[in-house]
Order: sequence, then C-alpha cells, then structure tokens
Amino acid sequence: MGKAILVLEDGRTFSGEQYGAIGETFGEAVFNTGMTGYQETLTDPSYHRQIVVQTAPHIGNTGVNDEDSESSRIWVSGYVVRDPARRVSNWRARRSLDEELSLQSIVGISGIDTRALTRHLRDRGAMRCAISSVDLDRKSVLAKVAGSPQMAGSDLTGDVTTPEPYTVAANGETRFTVAALDYGIKTMTPHRMAERGITSHILPSTSSLDDVLDVGADAVFLSNGPGDPATADQAVDLVRELLLRQVPIFGICFGNQVLGRALGFGTYKLRYGHHGINQPVQDRLTGKVEVTAHNHGFAVDAPIEGRTATDFGDVEVSHVCLNDNVVEGLRAHDTPAFSVQYHPEAAAGPHDAAYLFDRFADLLGERTVAAKSGTANGGQR
Amino acid sequence: MPKRTDIKHILVIGSGPIMIGQACEFDYSGTQACRVLRSEGFRVSLVNSNPATIMTDPEFADATYIEPLTPEYVEKVIATEKALGHPIDSILPTLGGQTALNLAVNLHEAGVLDKYGVELIGADIDAIQRGEDRQKFKDIVRAIGAEVPASAVCHTLEEATAFAETVGNRVVIRPSFTMGGLGSGMAHNADEVRTQVSRGLAASPVSEVLVEESVFGWKEFELELMRDRKDNVVVVCSIENLDPMGVHTGDSITVAPAMTLTDREYQHMRDVGIAVLREVGVDTGGCNIQFAINPANGKMIVIEMNPRVSRSSALASKATGFPIAKIAARLAVGYTLDEITNDITSATPASFEPALDYVVVKIPRFAFEKFPGADPVLTTHMKSVGEAMSIGRNFTEALGKALRSMETKASGFWTTADIGADGGSLTPGPQFYPSVEELLGIASVPTDGRLYVVEQALRAGASVDELAQATGIDPWFIDQIALITEVGAAVTEAPALTPDLLLKAKRHGLSDRQIAALRPELAGEEGVRRLRHRSGIHPVFKTVDTCAAEFAAQTPYYYSSYDSETEVSAQTERSKVIILGSGPNRIGQGIEFDYSCVHAVMALRDAGYETVMVNCNPETVSTDYDTADRLYFEPLTFEDVLEVVHAEQQSGTVAGVICTLGGQTPLGLAQKLKDAGVPVLGTQPEAIDLAEDRGEFGRVLSEAGLIAPTHGTAVSFAQAKAVADGIGYPVLVRPSYVLGGRGMEIVYDEQGLSSYIANATEIGPDRPVLVDRFLDDAVEIDVDALYDGTDLYLGGVMEHIEEAGIHSGDSACALPPITLGSNVIDQVRDATLKLARGVGVHGLLNVQYALSGDVLYVLEANPRASRTVPFVSKATAVQLAKAAARIAVGSTIAELRAEGMLPRVGDGGELPPDAPIAVKEAVLPFHRFRTPAGDSIDSILGPEMKSTGEVMGFDAVFGTAFAKSQAAAYGSLPSKGTVFVSIANRDKRAAIFPVKRLHDLGFRILATKGTAQVLRRNGVAAEVVGKFSDGPGNIVEEILAGNVDLVLNTPFGSPGNSGPRVDGYEIRTAAVQAGIPCLTTVQAVAAAVQGIEELSRDEVTVASLQSHHLALRAWREGNGQ
Repeated sequence: MGKAILVLEDGRTFSGEQYGAIGETFGEAVFNTGMTGYQETLTDPSYHRQIVVQTAPHIGNTGVNDEDSESSRIWVSGYVVRDPARRVSNWRARRSLDEELSLQSIVGISGIDTRALTRHLRDRGAMRCAISSVDLDRKSVLAKVAGSPQMAGSDLTGDVTTPEPYTVAANGETRFTVAALDYGIKTMTPHRMAERGITSHILPSTSSLDDVLDVGADAVFLSNGPGDPATADQAVDLVRELLLRQVPIFGICFGNQVLGRALGFGTYKLRYGHHGINQPVQDRLTGKVEVTAHNHGFAVDAPIEGRTATDFGDVEVSHVCLNDNVVEGLRAHDTPAFSVQYHPEAAAGPHDAAYLFDRFADLLGERTVAAKSGTANGGQR
Repeated sequence: MPKRTDIKHILVIGSGPIMIGQACEFDYSGTQACRVLRSEGFRVSLVNSNPATIMTDPEFADATYIEPLTPEYVEKVIATEKALGHPIDSILPTLGGQTALNLAVNLHEAGVLDKYGVELIGADIDAIQRGEDRQKFKDIVRAIGAEVPASAVCHTLEEATAFAETVGNRVVIRPSFTMGGLGSGMAHNADEVRTQVSRGLAASPVSEVLVEESVFGWKEFELELMRDRKDNVVVVCSIENLDPMGVHTGDSITVAPAMTLTDREYQHMRDVGIAVLREVGVDTGGCNIQFAINPANGKMIVIEMNPRVSRSSALASKATGFPIAKIAARLAVGYTLDEITNDITSATPASFEPALDYVVVKIPRFAFEKFPGADPVLTTHMKSVGEAMSIGRNFTEALGKALRSMETKASGFWTTADIGADGGSLTPGPQFYPSVEELLGIASVPTDGRLYVVEQALRAGASVDELAQATGIDPWFIDQIALITEVGAAVTEAPALTPDLLLKAKRHGLSDRQIAALRPELAGEEGVRRLRHRSGIHPVFKTVDTCAAEFAAQTPYYYSSYDSETEVSAQTERSKVIILGSGPNRIGQGIEFDYSCVHAVMALRDAGYETVMVNCNPETVSTDYDTADRLYFEPLTFEDVLEVVHAEQQSGTVAGVICTLGGQTPLGLAQKLKDAGVPVLGTQPEAIDLAEDRGEFGRVLSEAGLIAPTHGTAVSFAQAKAVADGIGYPVLVRPSYVLGGRGMEIVYDEQGLSSYIANATEIGPDRPVLVDRFLDDAVEIDVDALYDGTDLYLGGVMEHIEEAGIHSGDSACALPPITLGSNVIDQVRDATLKLARGVGVHGLLNVQYALSGDVLYVLEANPRASRTVPFVSKATAVQLAKAAARIAVGSTIAELRAEGMLPRVGDGGELPPDAPIAVKEAVLPFHRFRTPAGDSIDSILGPEMKSTGEVMGFDAVFGTAFAKSQAAAYGSLPSKGTVFVSIANRDKRAAIFPVKRLHDLGFRILATKGTAQVLRRNGVAAEVVGKFSDGPGNIVEEILAGNVDLVLNTPFGSPGNSGPRVDGYEIRTAAVQAGIPCLTTVQAVAAAVQGIEELSRDEVTVASLQSHHLALRAWREGNGQ
C-alpha cells in the first residue's frame, strides 16, 4: 500500500496510507460525525471543494450501491478515513467504495488518527488542507496548500448547478409544481416533494426572474449547495423579486442563507461547521426537538428571540440548534416564505424533519384553496 | 416542562439477587436513579433484597428496605412509610429489570397502588402490557406498517403443534412474562416443537407461549431509545449482534455502533423503532427494541421490545457515555430531554444522538465448567453469567481487548492450542489436524469461543464466504477476523519484528501475550513488552465523549488505542490511587467485589486522593463515569493495567495501585505490578502468596498455635488412598492449582476417591491433589476483619446454616451467629488477630473456620476483600471496604475509630443482644441449564461454588429473617400444604424434630418408605410415596403435578451411581421445575421450620436499614461512655 500525507494550512501533518485514487488534492478540511451514510455524503454537492474527514472509523462496509447517491458523482475533493473496509457486505452493494473513489479520481488517505485531526479542526477551525500520495514532502505540499483558494469568499454554485433545466415528476397525480433553483440540489429533495404530489422543475442557478416565473410554478424552492452565501448576490436579488411578488418560497441550507440575505440578514462562517446527522434542532413553534442532518459551514446571523422587521414584513427564527444556538430556520410572517439551515430530506440522516415538506405542501394547498375562493393576496404584482 | 412538584416521595424498586439474565446492570441503573432523584429534592425509598449492591447502601436513599421483592413485602414497605408519616406517592419501576416491572404489575393488579394512592412513574400499566404481551405487540408493529414473523400465541400443546406445522416446524418458542429468555427455545421438527412448547408453557407464569416462524440465521440488531413526555425521542445507540438470530442477545458477541447497515436501512430501523415506542406508549424513559434483517434481501422484522432500562441499556450507556438510567429518572419526574444537560460536554443538551468514533465489543462470559452436563450450545435461552466490554478505535482492536478481558484460559487467538476434529483437544500430529470441512462443521454450532474456531478455520484455509455461510456471521466480521489472522501470519513469518509491524499488530488488537505466542524466541510476553517499549510503542488514551470530538469533553472517561494522540489530562494537585476492578461477572466473582471497589473510590476521594478506576465490566457501578475521578475502560490484564499506570504516571503522581478489593483478578496482578516497580498499596503480594501456599501457611498456623484439618497431598490414587486412610473418611479432595472451590469434592469412601482421581485428568507430579480431613457435622464460621499491622477490627462473624463442606458462597449464613457463645467469638477474634499478624495483612482479611467438637479449625484465610464484605457492612453498620481503602493508604484503625469510620470501641463481634438477625442466602441458576438431551442438571450443593447471587433476610428473629431470605431467593416458604421428606440416614435423627413440628403446624407429610418408617416411630403420620425408580404414581409425578409445596431432601450416595443419588436428583430437579422450595441440608430444614412458624403467626414487619443502623450506633455510643 502506498503512503500518503495530509497537510493542514497551519502545518500540522498526518502520515497514512493512500486510499482511493493516487494523486494530490486540495480543499477545506471538515469533519463529518455521521456513523452511516458515507455514500450520500460523498455525492452531496454541498461538499464540493471540501476534504471530508469521517470520524466513524470503519468506512466502506456496505460498499456502493445504485440507489443511494445524492447526485451523479462524488463531489468531495478528498476523503479521510481511518479503517477502510476490505470486504463489502450488503445485499444492495454493486462495488467497493475504494473502487468507486478510484474510478472517480477521488484522492483519499486512510490509517491516520482521524480523532486527532477532528480535535484539531474543532479547536482551530475548518481550514485548507491537502492530501497527497504523489508528493510526500511536507514542506512542498504545505506551500501548495497556502496557494489554494479559501472557502470564505468562494462562489461555487456555478460548478455544481445543472446546465439545463429538468423535471422530477410527482408520484402519481401532480398536486403542485415547484421551480427549484439548483445551487447543488440533492437527489432526495425532489424525491421528497414527489412523494407529496409535487412536480419539481429544476432550474440552473443562473436562471433569471423571467425564467423562474415562466415555469408557472406554485412556488419556488431554494436548494442546498456549496460555497460562501456572501457571494450569492444574483440569487439574493432574484429571491427579493420573488418575495416582492409573494411567491411561496421554501429553502434548505444554502437556500436558507440566500433567503436570509434576501430578507436583510447577514451570514457568517462557523468555526468548524455542522456536519453530521445527530444534531438537536428545536422547532420554536412546537417546542419539539428533532434529530437532524446538518452540513453547513456558514450560518444566518439573525436575532434568536422575537420578530425582526424586514423589507418583507416580520420574520422570526423558527428553528435553533440546541448545541450552540445557531439559527437553523427562518419564517416570514407576512409573506409565504420559510427555510431551514439543515436537511429535512435527510439522506443521510434521520427523518424527524420530514414534516417540513408536509408544511410546504400544506402551504401550497392553503394558497390554492384561497386562490380558488378569490381571496388570495399573493400572485404577481 | 420542568420537574413535577406534585410528587414528593418516590419508591425505587431494585432487581433483587444477581442471576442469569438479570445482573448488576440494575445496581448501576438503580444507583444512578437514587442519586438523581435525591439531588432533585425528592424523598427516596428503596426496596431491594440484594445486599451486595451499591444502591442498598444507606446513604443512597432516605429509607432502604432490604426485603423480598414480592407484592406482600412491598406493600408492607408502603404501609410502614405511611405509618412513619411520609407516605410514598409514586413508584419508579423501570430501572429494576423485569423483576421490578413484574412487581409493579402485580402491585397494580392486587390493588395496592390504588389502596395507597401510589402512582407509577416512568411507566404505565397499559404500555407495559402492550410491550410485553406478544400478541398486542405484534398487532402494534403491523399497525405501523412494519413486519413481524408469522406466529401464534398458544396456551396448549395442541394449538402450538398445529401452528408450527403451517410454517414447516422451524419455529422459536418464547414463554410470556419471563426474563432473559427463560424457557424459550428453537425447534426444527415436530418432536422438538412438542418438547420446547411443553417446557415453555411450564416456564410462563400465565402458561402462555408465542410460537413464531424462525428467523434463525438473520442478522440481529438492537436500538436503545429514550422518550420524554413532550414526545421527543432519541436513539442512544445501535447495537449489532455478531452472532446471528438464534443466539440470545445476552449470549451474543455484540458490537456498537451497527457495522453493516447503509443509512437507508438504519433510518428505516430508526423510524420503525420510534413508531413502535410511540404506539406502545412508553411514557418516558428508556426502551430497547430488537430487529432481525434478512441478509439476502434486507427484509426487516421487529422481534421484541423491553419497555424499561435493560442489560443492553447499561451496555449502551457505557458504550456511548449517554447515561440512560440517570436520564430516565429525570424524565420520570417531568423533565424533557432538551432540559437535561449532557454531563460529558456540560454544554450541549441530552436531546441528541451520540456519535461514536470508536468501536465497542461486548463478549459474554459463561460458566459451563461449573455445571457438568449442561448443554454448552447457545440458544435463545440465556446462559451467560457476565460480560466484558471493550473499546477500540477499530473492530479488531476492540475484539482483541474484549477477548482478553474474559479471563478464561484463552486470552485471544493463538493463546491456547487449536482444537481437534471432535471439537476437543488436538492430538499432536498433522494427520490429526481437523479438515476445513470439519472446522466449518464445528463453527456452524454457536458455542462459547466459536470465534476461535472461526480463526482456526481461516488459518486452515476456509474462505470468508464459507465461514459466513456456515456460521451466519456477516462476512464483514469474518473478514475482520481474517485480517487478524493475516496480521498474525505476518508477525509469525517476518524475519524480524520491526517497529512498523509491531505497531500494526497492536493496532489490530494483538496483545503482547499473543505476539509472544507467535514468536517464541522473544522470551514470552515480557520479552515482547521490552521490545515494544524500546521501540517507544505505547497505546494512547482517547475519550468517550458522546459526540465524536465535535465538542470538548469534560469527563475523563478513557480507553486505550494504538493511535497517535493521547488525551489524558494532567492531574489536579492531588496524588492518585488506581483501583483495579474485578472484570466480567462470573460465579465466585461478582457484584460484591465491585461494591468494595466503589467504596474504595468513595473513601479515597473523601480522603483527598484523585481516584482512578480500571475495569471492563459494563454492568457495574465502578464503570460509571461519575464514580471515580478518572475511568479507564480497559481489560484487567497485566499489559493493559501497566499501560494505564504508565499513562497516569506521565500525567502526575501515582501513590499506588489497590489490588485487594476486586477479587481474584486484580489479586493475580499484584506481584507482577510490584515486580515492575509499581507501588502496591495495602496487603503486599508476598502476604497474598503466603496465605495461598499450603506449606507457608502451615507454618503461620503452627507459630500461632492454630490448627487446620489434617491434610496431605497426592499425585496418584495409591498416594491419595494412603493419605485418606491415614486421615479417615470422609475427605475433601481438590486439585491444588485452582481457586474458588473449582473441582472440589467430598468423598465418603475409597470407591468415591478412586472415581474422583480417575476423573481428575490433570493430576500429575506438578499438579497434585490435596486431600483434607472433612469435618462432618462441623459448624462453619466466616469472618471478615481489618488489620493495620497493629490492631485488628473484627468486622463480623457469620455462622453458616449449612454444615462445613458446602462452598461458603453457596451456603446461607447468619449474622450475628445464632448458636455461638461469646467465648467462641473471643476465640475467633484471637485466632484472626494471630493470622492477620502472621500473614502480614494490611487491610481486609477473610477467614473460614470450622468448629467441630469445640475445636476451632482454620480452613482458609484470604487477605483480601471477600464476597461477604457488603453483607457484613450492612448488617453491622460499618463500611469495611472504605476502612480497608484507608488502611491501604496508611491510616490506622485507631485513627479510623477516632474519625468515626469505625466504631470508637467494640467491633462486629460485639452486637447488642437484641440486634436483628441478618441471613444471607445464595441464589442458584440450576433451572437455567439443561443437558444436551434436554434433562435438568442436578441442583445439589457441594464444595464448588455455583450460585450467581445472594439475598439478605433481615428481622428481629432468626426464623423470620430466614423466611425472608427464602422468599427473596426462591419465593415464599409455604405456611400450609404438603411437604415431601426424604432424608439420608445420617440426617434422620436431626430431621425428626423439625418434621414433627411441620406436622403439628398442620402440614401433610409425604415421605419415602425408609424416612416414613422413622417418622412414624416418632409420632409423625407420614404417608408413604414411591421413589422415582418405583414407577408410576411416584413422588416426581406428584411434584410436577403441583401437589407438593415444599421438598426436604438431603442427598446421599455417590454421584454418577444408580440408586438413591439418582432418585434424589430426579426429586430435586422436579422441585426446581415446579418452582417450589427444595431444602437439601438438615440445617436448612431446621431453619425453614422456624421461619414457617413465624410466618404462620402472620406478624412479619419490615424496617429500614437506616433505622437499624441508627439503633446500632446509639447502642455503641451508649456502650462507649
């Protein structure tokens, strides 16, 4: 087995074994604490340009199957595991993870003290890093890391969005249609909508207001995705136009940040982010706690308590992470818009927050009823 | 929702004696509950019959009742507390195992809860019934859209066989309302269906069994969930059983977290688990749900749920750092998960799901060697007596640690010889080495140690798939064992053991001892260690932090791993004492030793030391992260302990290690640690050796002017015969190389001696047999004492109820001694002082004496904490283990008397004349075992210990105390009905009076012909009933038909012969099956008759331990002035 090294931008280096493809890769090092769901993690576009450290030591045990990917490819820029599986065991597995990583040219490293690395990232914050199995000279790799791009200030949406619109049809009869802006959407999201009779028209992130309105959808969905939301000015402008028109909006993750910015809030980078499937989020409406899937390095800066007056009326923080009081959801009172920072579509992760898709469908249902009785105050102005 | 203010006084129900299926995990959970509830300001009363628990320490509750866990006694507790002016308004029954839950249901059904206005908290009756009633449970699972195996609830054999026919007779039989899988079994054909169903119907208190389509061979998983009253639910832990369905989860090797599930499969399991929990309606608290998954197509079936804290909950708590019992107690009094802080991070709430960045392996510990004839094949009926857990950064590391935590002959792969083709020992020579096919055949049967066979088969050339096919173990796990095999081969074949290879071996869990076994030229384990240390290879210590390092951990709960970064924090200014625990529970070494270790922690912490605990038993209080200042969850082998000492020395000053409180396990490490330069506190290893060495100990005795029974050693039958002839029969024979009564037997004649020697295969010049004079009719006396080098404190003197010859762990005993005068106690005190001085004790000393014809014989002296320390401490209101820990760090008895830890004057041999009597009774697991043919095994007592646990009966008079002990251990003694009597000739004289008394009390007396003749001559109208060998209408049939309420049978004849001994066996096993008391010694018969007399007066009362201690202290104060 060949050697590999992992070098962090502050110089801390870990020596291990080459895993996946042989080569050299750069990205922001983040740790993910999920104990299941590595296939979903790897294929989640939100991990674009990130090197993911799995805290769970055994990775690859269930191989790779044809059903669980969250997009058409692996997006992580590098992969760090402690003990890769030598043997795949699952009835749905089609190939091993090692094969899949090599096939998709994903450079990884194994056999390092992933807990030490995680503690380092926790204490010092997420940072740039490289994995190399071709250049084992620490100084040389460190110099290259110093020259690699920062995550803060990166606009990555263009890398991950669909080039052409496509449609995911509702299961059975279409009750509603949604125009989904793809900032890096996961496969499970339109699937969750389809389960509730929603047909999704997935649009490139560069779509104009007219492109979106031309779909004639009942609502707009803002997807998850990678990068710094502070760079998403075009998306923010688009959403402000939609808000003006009282178009129902539901956002997830990056979509929450875009909606937040459109409402006038700022965003900021978390020290090491939330990347896991065990995060306690409280729905402030019901007081109930849901265990949720998270994958975000940035968050919305909004007052937790009370309502905030915005250009589009009152807005409140609807969900909060109980670990660290980070804003996990927004709800507008005077316009039909809400969003969450975490992942109700799960994949990977618990299904506790799936009710948000129901809330979305209910919102569309209420509006349809209202529109039919002629009392709707929405629509285009 | 904050704490409830409408309840004030909570009764916590414990789980009673340790037995198979219900061990000290419930001491851990109950102790946590009591602590939490008191800190929340509630008044807490506790009822538990097990004195060896931490929870029954008087400081853990406001009122502690050591009383039988029956509805009658619990009602007395409720009534007594009410009469005392602080009525109990709520009962928490979910932390005391199935015993407490069943008791709660019984109290409800008997109307006791309504009568006293007592509310159940943390559970409701309907939910308990929905969870436990198999049909209701299945309906619930189906209603939420999940799957269950085809099944039928049956009340008769006919119903069951008809259903089994429809699913091809491959079925599992589970009786309703039993614990630990008692009475359950598998059937593969119509005959087996009939046998298993009959057994199951007998085991169920409601004569109900579930007959279920077999999912044998599927993968088995468990989820541990918690719910609060706002309906927040979290999954604390997923557990994957390495052994597939068909082996009881308590007997399976289990792994956390689950290793072979995709997220989709896991989330489906989680969804179904949560839906089941909600539908069953578990109010608040913990619950455990078991699942089976078909590896071929992913089909998932829900097997069962426990609506309470369980053995798996304890494991999950230790595996994740999420304290399920503690949180369950808080939830029961109204808190919600988000209102409770995670202790480990002290920053995040408990409403999350722990993330693990390590692997946990649990391996069960069996004791088949104690039950000759018992079928060692693992089934759905739990047989293990304990377990060890280990934590590693990967599966191979954790597995290696778990295997060496077992403390069996094998300590990991390659440390014992390979097996032969018949599964037994291997005959030397390549032609005898078993073939791959033979090994696959052996591995296909689940047994203790099956993984060793798997490893051997891999070495012999079996493929991972062949083994997965043969065993039903997931190929991922088999491949991990193959990985260990490959690493082993690399170690064996390498020209030299390089640091890289050594590190690789350590990273995959190989112990120094295993490496030494592979590389004989390295001069053993010690040589490997020197090489390893020269290369600078030490493990690092990681933290169990619930969150995979996402947040900083505040709790020093560590495990070792061969990884790169250590997390052991620097100590505070205090110097440290390391306390070695006792490892997995087994017969002879159980909760009593954990009790002493925990007490040492408490005492030393109070005395200003930083305490460090090392143990690998997940069921215990000692492995709770709150107990010691630092916890190392590690195997108790020399290698692992030495590395902990090393890490602790790196981070501060280690005052020393305490080895004398955790039983045989740490004791065995004392000398090695001392030789390695580690300071050993308290009694030194040399003194321990001295007490164990016959010759040396003989010298101590003669110098002290004390005598032991005449004895000799023999290496052949001829020699043994000569010794026995010289001493005179009966003699006690035992091998010299084992402890704890293993292999010990009393032989009454030359024929018995000859068969013993013939069966003792390992006799030889290096392994002599010891032959002692057996003191027939002697009174055995057990003493626990403290010695500090100058003064002796006699902790307590216990008089055995059975005669000498029955292992002290299995015999009932009374304290204060009921028939010993103060002159005898003075003699005992004097002898104990001389022994303590002669041996060089510095701490606790246990001595067993036999009093025969007014002569005091010394049978055995053990300079360590004994099994009876907690019993004596509770009976005499003096905490001996705490005092011993203080003596170990240099305090004197005089100082401890002055500060009040010991009484200012007097000792445990001097108790007030009206002091209540405490009776300890052993609990035996005979009903758990069967021979491969399905017959019961003999329930006879002897010099080898067989009990799993103990209870204490406590009352002002001996008879009642004895009756309480019987009620707590086996169910109440009858106060009327039919008694069957069959007494050995030597006991007939002694039995006449007690049997006559029973007759006078109105019992109908049945007896065998010989016994009946003697009884009739003495005015007892005994009716003759046939022996088992007499054919139809015999006593065995009468017992099984439920026509007998009490059996008095003292065994005679030689084991294995036909005739009277076999008749006795049939009678005793029938009693065990019928669940009626069976007394096998004449002394127990006499004690029971006193108890029955008291019971028939119906004036039995209960009193708290605290009130007893208060009275004792007042008496001592009065005496001192």
